[in-house]
Amino acid sequence: MHKEELIVLTRNIRTICGAFALAISAALALPTLVHSADPPATATAPAATASAGGTAATPTAPTASSGADGAASAQPAASFPPAPKLTAADYPTVKGVNARVAVWLIAQLHLWFGAFVVAVPMFVFMIEAIGMATRDKRYDNMAYEFIKVTITAYSLTALLGGLLCFGLVLFYPDLFKYLALIFKESMFAYALLFFAESAVLYIYYYGWHWLQGGNKKWVHLTLGLLLNAVGLQLMFLANAWTTFMMSPAAVDAAGVFNGNTWAAIHNYLWNPINIHRVVANVAYGGSVVGAYAAFKFLSAQKPEERAHYDWMGYNANFIAIAALLPLPFAGYYLTAEIYAYSQQMGITLMGGVFAWLFIIQAVLIGALFLSANYYLWCGMGRSDGAYRYNPRIKYIAVVLVGAFLVWFTPHTLVLTNSELKGLGGPYHKYLGALGIMPAKNTAVNFLIVFTFLSFLFYRRANKIATVSWAAAGNAAQVALFTAGLINITILGVYYGYFTNTVYKVAASVPQVLTTLVIIIISTVIDAFMYKGAKDVAPLRWGRMPDRSQYALFLLAVSFTWLMGLMGYVRSGIRQHWHVSNIFRDSSPDAYTPGLGYAASVVSVGTILFMAMVIFVFWLSTVSGRHPTVKGYWKEQTA
Amino acid sequence: MMNFIKVAVFSLLVIAGFWGFSNFGIPQIKPEPPPVEAKLDLGAMTMDQFVALGGKIYNGKGTCTLCHNAMGRAPMLDKVAAVAAERLKDARYKGAGKSVEEYLQESLVKPSAFVVAGFGKSGTNDTESPMPDVTGGGIGLNESELKAVIAYLQDSSGGEVTVEIPKMDAPAEGAGAAKTEEAALKTPEAIVAKHACGACHVIGDQAGTIGPNLAKIGATRNKEYLRQAILDPDAVVAKGFAAGMMPKTYGEQMKAVELEMLVNYLAGMKK
Repeated sequence: MHKEELIVLTRNIRTICGAFALAISAALALPTLVHSADPPATATAPAATASAGGTAATPTAPTASSGADGAASAQPAASFPPAPKLTAADYPTVKGVNARVAVWLIAQLHLWFGAFVVAVPMFVFMIEAIGMATRDKRYDNMAYEFIKVTITAYSLTALLGGLLCFGLVLFYPDLFKYLALIFKESMFAYALLFFAESAVLYIYYYGWHWLQGGNKKWVHLTLGLLLNAVGLQLMFLANAWTTFMMSPAAVDAAGVFNGNTWAAIHNYLWNPINIHRVVANVAYGGSVVGAYAAFKFLSAQKPEERAHYDWMGYNANFIAIAALLPLPFAGYYLTAEIYAYSQQMGITLMGGVFAWLFIIQAVLIGALFLSANYYLWCGMGRSDGAYRYNPRIKYIAVVLVGAFLVWFTPHTLVLTNSELKGLGGPYHKYLGALGIMPAKNTAVNFLIVFTFLSFLFYRRANKIATVSWAAAGNAAQVALFTAGLINITILGVYYGYFTNTVYKVAASVPQVLTTLVIIIISTVIDAFMYKGAKDVAPLRWGRMPDRSQYALFLLAVSFTWLMGLMGYVRSGIRQHWHVSNIFRDSSPDAYTPGLGYAASVVSVGTILFMAMVIFVFWLSTVSGRHPTVKGYWKEQTA
Repeated sequence: MMNFIKVAVFSLLVIAGFWGFSNFGIPQIKPEPPPVEAKLDLGAMTMDQFVALGGKIYNGKGTCTLCHNAMGRAPMLDKVAAVAAERLKDARYKGAGKSVEEYLQESLVKPSAFVVAGFGKSGTNDTESPMPDVTGGGIGLNESELKAVIAYLQDSSGGEVTVEIPKMDAPAEGAGAAKTEEAALKTPEAIVAKHACGACHVIGDQAGTIGPNLAKIGATRNKEYLRQAILDPDAVVAKGFAAGMMPKTYGEQMKAVELEMLVNYLAGMKK
């Protein structure tokens, strides 16, 4: 690289980093600035009032001051009312409308679209950057096509957000009023950020072809980063309202809020949810654009179109898998934090009526992993060198199915009296042991490691390593995988079955670390080993069976359904409380719905979402058509 | 268009598969309705009934067994009254209690006053308990319920019951949402029928074979044993029968008077 180019590159990177830092700082400071008229507040946590009896949350619940890093500590802010004590009569009704189902569906649809529009700009930014680094125009075109799909979805997100707000005001006015009083500053900030998001998104999209080449491209990339910064801030603010309902901070036993906005935002479960949602959104966004690519692939008439959308589908699937692999860890962290916040809430989540939900979750995640792997295996057909790895695929399939079945095994079985007597108890003599968490943790780590192995085979299928130490590198990788899998098994079996409960849970952390070590070290070895490797033959993009594209659809539908299901349990663990332990839900729908009922609502929501998404895909397709209609327009004379 | 139809049908089939599994592939457990404030007739209650009420709260509304069970999440309380005196003298004790009853009350509302070694919140060196204040919003026991639980803990761990039955019941938070509670059943036969005891036991004209024969149970078992067998069926399992077969929820489902009526009825079955 020439010196001048280096200077320009450095300057541009500095600019882009500065813009990002500025955007984040501005967004973070916004609620504080708006709130500056109020004095800083005492972040009295539920725990602090526990000794007085009648505390809102458990004494385990870390205080808001710990959550807010002690920033909120001084005099109480403006006086806030206690949480209202409602009766069923306080909830407005509309004839023929079930308030809970209506708000549930709208909120879930808003979240699905919101997740999509927050996620897509993240990988669009990365794809655009890759395009700039490699000067491969295909990446730029793909990034543009992804963001084009987002534009319509963005409008739908906003519409659904407005509808959700309307639904809450209409059906749950007291709850809305209570939360709006606490979060009024952040709601104002949210509105401002929403305008900023719209402005940046439209400039980013409509300026795509204008801002090409040289510094203009850097400006465009900076806009992409700003778009992500603003989008993430929007999501984090919305997450704060949700998590406050789960782990309220700076409130006393009566629900009187006595902190400042930051204390309410930075409640105990805010960051765990933020992390989980960012990772899940990327996986989800990848799966939805994968479905888009699959739809276009199936509809393509020309070989070059098939090749383009095959390539796009591959990249989307790669993004989905890359985010799917760490997702169980983010979920595990979130669950551990829920336990840490309130053991009672944690047990309700994992050991109460929701316990069976995790069997459904196992089916869904099994479907995700199997479909993602199946797509990779089909994708090996693009390479003429894949025959070297194909015989091993069946062993991976056996392990994946085995791990799925372990994860799927329930702890207790539902039996008739005679079956119960025949079995000698509610647990199966042998299979019962597979129902507990250590077995499931082991199974999920196997799923992840072997999915990574599938990807490794796919990546190598068309390459021949040329480095002199290739054999040693392969041996090191085999040793790494073998040792890692043995370690995961020993941790699962020994600590899972021969120690007490405390160690059963703790053993899952070294299991996760082992999996990460396998993935990271193996990736590093592979990267060096295949640097400058020979291609067996040019990859034949588009040489994919149609059935492989249905794997991408399965991925998108399963993800959507899974998100709906987990939204139900996240909300459900509050049980009969609008705001956990301080603001009781006294509506006729205060009871927790059963799994079957929830599955019905989630299914209806998924169908609505998929219908709307197909509408978005269709709009995106027709917007690219420019047919010439002869004889319609009057000929203009020069 | 054909592709669109194929994709739509495929997606619908996938959704239908998930929906079908959730509705027919797993048991449909109906979550408990939100707790309602029970009207307690404390004036007419004997100490046995008050202890039984404590057991019902312990196993039900109090959610104590979520953690205080054999899983090791929290210490077992089967000897708590016996060890309370030692804990009051322990250097780590930070409370103000002077008697077993005060210690128990304190441990329910200020659980960090004494944390059993190994059961403290992570990173606190056993100085902070993960247990909630049971009078707080999440559990929300009122004064009478709290006393009943203390009486139950004293009784079930072999201690002397020193708690006095409160004169009248104190209404709890959220009473506005309370509903009128279903009236207690009048006869033991009605209780047996309601809870379908005969599906598993020989009792009355029923001849279940899953559980022990109760036709002459009163001849060999006393009331304490029978009460425990209903509230905590796995505490002592009859020879020849497996643990875990009998639901542990009868304590939550029955009213105190019903439980005592059933215990008396069973104790009277001697011929």
